[in-house]
Amino acid sequence: MIIEGRAIKYGDDINTDIIIPGRYLLLTNPEELAAHAMEDLDPEFIKKFKKGDIIVGGKNFGCGSSREQAAMCLKYAGVGAIIAKSFARIFYRNAINQGLPIIESSEAAGAIKNMDELEIDLYATTIRDKTKNLQFKIQPLPLFIQEILDDGGLIYNLKKKLRH
Amino acid sequence: MGQTISEKIFAKHSGQKKVYAGEFVDADIDLAMSHDNTVLVSTIFNEIGVKKVWNPDKIVVVLDHRTPANTSKTAENHKIIREFINEQNITNFFDIGEGICHQVLPENGFVCPGMLIVGSDSHTTTYGAFGAFGTGIGATDMAAVWTKGKLWFKVPETLRFNVSGTLSRYVSAKDVILHIIGKIGADGANYKSCEFYGERIENMSIDGRMCISNQAMEMGAKVAIIPPDKKTVDYVASKTNAKFDVVYSDKDAEYEKIYSFDITDIEPQIACPDKVDNVKPVSDVAGTEIHQAVLGSCTNGRLEDLAVAAEILKGKTISKNVRMIIVPASRLIYLKAIKKGYIQTFLSAGATVVNPGCGPCLGLHQGVLAEGEVVISSTNRNFKGRMGAPSAEIYLGSPATVAASSLKGEITNPRDVIK
Repeated sequence: MIIEGRAIKYGDDINTDIIIPGRYLLLTNPEELAAHAMEDLDPEFIKKFKKGDIIVGGKNFGCGSSREQAAMCLKYAGVGAIIAKSFARIFYRNAINQGLPIIESSEAAGAIKNMDELEIDLYATTIRDKTKNLQFKIQPLPLFIQEILDDGGLIYNLKKKLRH
Repeated sequence: MGQTISEKIFAKHSGQKKVYAGEFVDADIDLAMSHDNTVLVSTIFNEIGVKKVWNPDKIVVVLDHRTPANTSKTAENHKIIREFINEQNITNFFDIGEGICHQVLPENGFVCPGMLIVGSDSHTTTYGAFGAFGTGIGATDMAAVWTKGKLWFKVPETLRFNVSGTLSRYVSAKDVILHIIGKIGADGANYKSCEFYGERIENMSIDGRMCISNQAMEMGAKVAIIPPDKKTVDYVASKTNAKFDVVYSDKDAEYEKIYSFDITDIEPQIACPDKVDNVKPVSDVAGTEIHQAVLGSCTNGRLEDLAVAAEILKGKTISKNVRMIIVPASRLIYLKAIKKGYIQTFLSAGATVVNPGCGPCLGLHQGVLAEGEVVISSTNRNFKGRMGAPSAEIYLGSPATVAASSLKGEITNPRDVIK
């Protein structure tokens, strides 16, 4: 799986209340949810964001509430992948389940700058920063998680298994 | 090599003799809890296409986040939930007013030591206070559990916390855990199983232990387990006849890190805006003007919490510039508080007492904050926008600190208001 996009860089501890505030949690249409992504942190996010852009966070990305809408709104906003120094664990699982690729790499997240052009080869396990001409090796995801991402998320993965 | 509590629980629930941190397991779930977000879980479950949940008796649904229904959309969602649980024969259902899920489950005998419990709520870590592996998951993971009663896990590393020392007056479990979070950091226990030991923990009541396990989520804990002792067993046995296994770490279990805390001289602690690990002693922020004070939540809405607030507020009136909102964590607690006269004390002091539930914790109803307002709250999160307007500032503190602050209209050390 090859993912290409510009880096949109944020800091540490980006929590799920700020990714999608509680007042929007009743929205059922994923596109409506996506319109409010990151609103309280960066009201310009949805305007400056281009589909396929890659979020690059610091440590503890996605901490806080278990709300899956946080991963959902980023997926439906068109986020190509999220690279972070570390992920909070419920968000990590939710992103995989939503088919949103997540990569933990302290090295890459530290070195990449805002608006760098990136290319991620998820299964060859490399990130290329084309702007800085840097390459990072990343830990491979377990095969069953790769399968969930390939299928577009856990729902599709489970439906596929039920058909067989 | 010996095993930690989490390793043993995962070994048992995946049919293996031993497992160790870092391994992936497919584990049997003992109990699956969801709340108002059951509507999202059921939508996903229906999309997966399995007709019936794997075992309706192992599912508990509690309406608590937006109760009573705060909008017509919420009312529709609650209606969908009631229809779904009837279709699926899920009888473990607690409708509005029963209380917060994390209080209702132990009170009704659903939580036992050694169990593997998942909840579609991050503070599912609360059940660690009873020696259970309790952890939060998202809606899709929960729908997956409903299809087959199993879920994959990566067995977490364990951190050991040895907590000693004596608590001075009006320093409580909340202050202990905030102090620890301040030192460890918001991601200091990320994805770790935390085990808590020491005389300070052993001497804590069940109410206090639930506060510790609950709030520990805010340092990233996967679970926060207090090894079961006589107090745990007595409590659980009084609520259920179910058989359970008490699980302890082996003497030669491997911990990733061991922390020792002596909390003897700590002051009441405050988590300042807008991160839970931005913890300072109360004297650093005393005098900060407040507009609202909140006593309640799955962290601190129990009888012990109401008791200390009633002691501080008895015969007094809160500041005319403060709205105090009190939310008992369950109907049972509310009834006990009435019997003990606490509710009378609160109302006479000028506080507003609302129905058991999550209340103002997540900024949806029952005390939303306006721009620029400041609240002192016994809840568990102070992120930007959490309790209402994005510019509102949230300070987290113990029930005693909340009560004392409501009297003075500013953040106050509880020791300063009691003679």
